[in-house]
Amino acid sequence: MDDNLVFKALGDPTRRFLLDLLFEREGRTLSELESQVDMTRIGVMKHLRLLEAAGLVVTRRSGREKLHYLNPVPIRLIHDRWIDKYTARHASALANLKTTLEEQK
Amino acid sequence: MTTTNSSETIQIYRVYIKAAPETVWEAITKPEWTVQYGYAPLSEYELRAGGTFRSYANEGMKALGCPDVISDGEVIEVDPPRKLVQTWRMTMTPEMASEAFTRVTYDLVPVRGGVTKLTVTHDVTGAPMWAAIMRGESEPHGAGGGWSEILSGLKTLLETGQQLPFQSGPE
Repeated sequence: MDDNLVFKALGDPTRRFLLDLLFEREGRTLSELESQVDMTRIGVMKHLRLLEAAGLVVTRRSGREKLHYLNPVPIRLIHDRWIDKYTARHASALANLKTTLEEQK
Repeated sequence: MTTTNSSETIQIYRVYIKAAPETVWEAITKPEWTVQYGYAPLSEYELRAGGTFRSYANEGMKALGCPDVISDGEVIEVDPPRKLVQTWRMTMTPEMASEAFTRVTYDLVPVRGGVTKLTVTHDVTGAPMWAAIMRGESEPHGAGGGWSEILSGLKTLLETGQQLPFQSGPE
């Protein structure tokens, strides 16, 4: 994974919009994505190819269809690299969740 | 947020790690590795089709009152170091344990220059709570970043030998 490619991919409003669409609901076909964007099919394909090259979109075949999924890992890696929000409290997250869930009851 | 396509709900995650597939395989399936990244549970696999999978609370989780077994499942397919398929259910709370068993597929493909392409396909059909956590949606509530955080931690560990400090939610 190449950070430059990720930043480049994120640097375009149409591509960010495509990622937002996949964030809302994944497993979309090219036709579904194309119907949401005011752009030719070829244009959308180009954007998706760049998103795939950056690792932000992963595709999977289901029968005849090619489905598109958002892969958030490259963004996480950039986050880990650039945003130092970590603390040393190790592995308490699931325990915190348990507490949260129990408090909601 | 997650997919609903032909009644399936699937999440896919991919990361490139500078390590041999054998090393990545070990880090996924051996407890001495699993305690070092992500949520850092102690995971035990019986590496054969039909074998048991269990993950146990680490000391930190236990200190905070977690049950001993925090998730369980069954090994479906084992093809080291290329493919591992298992079912997976979260058992931390009765609510989560009552959700459907999900299905996780790890695909490891060696690519150029000693790099392994690891793809995790998580079929979370019937387990909306588990799905939200693995998507990282519950991070603000202290549930960590899900798969993104697990795989980032795995990458950091294998490439640098360092453990990624754990993001433990709101301070």
